[in-house]
Amino acid sequence: MSASRGSSAAEIVFDHVTKRYGNAARPAIDDLSLTLPAGDICVLIGPSGGGKTTAMKMVNRLISITEGDITIEGTSVKALDLTELRRGIGYVIQQVGLFPHMTIDANVATVPKLLGWDKKRTRARGRELLELVGLDPDEHGRRYPAQLSGGQRQRVGLARAMAADPPLMLMDEPFGAIDPITRERLQNDFLRLHKEIRKTVVFVTHDIDEAIKMGDRVAILREGGQLAQYGTPEEILARPADEFVARFVGADRGLKRLALRRLDEVELLPVPNDGRTRPECPADTTLRDALSAMLTAGSPDLLVRGDNGDPAGYMTFEVVSRLLADREGHVVA
Amino acid sequence: MIAVLATTLAQEGPVIPDFGRGDECIRSNGNFCLNWFLDNFADRYLPRVVEHIEMTLIAIAIGFVIAFAAALIAYRWEWFELPFANVSALFYTIPSIAFFQIMVPITGIGWLSIEIALVSYTLLILFRNTLTGLREVPADTREAAEGMGLTRRQTLLRVELPLATPAIIAGLRIATVTTISLATIAAFITPLGLGAPIFSAIQTGANTEFVGASILAIALALLADAGIVLLQRMTTPWARARRTT
Repeated sequence: MSASRGSSAAEIVFDHVTKRYGNAARPAIDDLSLTLPAGDICVLIGPSGGGKTTAMKMVNRLISITEGDITIEGTSVKALDLTELRRGIGYVIQQVGLFPHMTIDANVATVPKLLGWDKKRTRARGRELLELVGLDPDEHGRRYPAQLSGGQRQRVGLARAMAADPPLMLMDEPFGAIDPITRERLQNDFLRLHKEIRKTVVFVTHDIDEAIKMGDRVAILREGGQLAQYGTPEEILARPADEFVARFVGADRGLKRLALRRLDEVELLPVPNDGRTRPECPADTTLRDALSAMLTAGSPDLLVRGDNGDPAGYMTFEVVSRLLADREGHVVA
Repeated sequence: MIAVLATTLAQEGPVIPDFGRGDECIRSNGNFCLNWFLDNFADRYLPRVVEHIEMTLIAIAIGFVIAFAAALIAYRWEWFELPFANVSALFYTIPSIAFFQIMVPITGIGWLSIEIALVSYTLLILFRNTLTGLREVPADTREAAEGMGLTRRQTLLRVELPLATPAIIAGLRIATVTTISLATIAAFITPLGLGAPIFSAIQTGANTEFVGASILAIALALLADAGIVLLQRMTTPWARARRTT
């Protein structure tokens, strides 16, 4: 893991980027300007036809830029040699795209091999990466992709993309083709992994819940490739820029916001000494789940238990509702 | 004087060429006389078998090089597919006896005529299979290769061709078996290969010679087929890899 920690993340800037296909009347991407801070996960989301994948693929020039420019750490992607640019960017796609004729080890070693790493370094890096994504190098390394499950294959895809320790990763609906339970596990594992490696990640999805969960920042594109809103999930849920965004994030955006915060992140009330029994939940429960627990139990409040199992505090329906109202209407820094 | 000669001849018996040890089976022209076949294998058949293998190998090698190159061109430039496929399909329609005969006035009686005909018959299947194999490489695999920064050439050599190998080898199997079979007809224009004893036996009505040569041609085809299957298993271990756990 030490090798990954040393890597730096890169800031990505979309500077008035437009993509037009042939003589099409409307551009696929219309004057898109965005700054993706180094080390953040930035989610591109929107309806189909919004150009989210197009925008992502212009970063590694799988799609050419018609107007404007994209820079990585200040260097234009157009200024770099095409293969050099791509070898410096981790690329993960929905169908994974593992090479079926190569073992897992060989798949992960693809970019290091292109970069001319020696065998020892490549092998060590491969083992390290498989462990990092939760696979056993001894058990899985010599298998072929067809011998792994869908979730395992996506983990290998992730390891392969990170092989040469790129400062930037592009992920195109990476968990889209995976069953919900495995997807949730992969999402959580990736978030944990990202805390360690802190790479800049451009993450494309069509699932708003995934966007809110994964994104440090979320860019919502509307049809015709225009940027509808760009901000943190909290900002977008609290203050949708317009009717389109409000509809896109859903009528339950209040609940989605509650899902962003856990009980241990808000101020709890002292436990009243009234001897009443009330529903309980652990402190790492989200406000949304806490609310659900109250509604289910028909109780206006609940007891929060800390990690050690002792009562940590007390939460009421009123407080939850006030927390939501508090944030509505002003942007959170 | 004449009388003396006649007496001598009478004493020596009739002048009959020596066909070697002839048992009852061969004298009565049995369907297949194993003794005769074994006795004559080294002299009559082995050189024909060697010629037959040679004919086939040359035809497959040249046919593969042409078809493979054409498939690569058609993979890159689609317009090339139709003309090449049409020409090779046209070759394929020519009756084989006619094809060998047609070549005689142009390239003479011999190896060249035979090989031109045999090569022509391999082109269609080798071209089609190679091209199909390349085109059936999954789009996501190709996109992943491109996105990771493999050059076009690296993608072809490291990803597309290895993945097309099962299809290419499948074409090679069919082409080889077909060529071994077709090569017997080459003896129609010149006595080369296992077709030579077959044609000769058709003339003389020698059953054993006919059956023996046919069995050898069939055995050769089966052996070649098995050999290529083995080659495929060794070169593409991944193709049979399935999830077991």
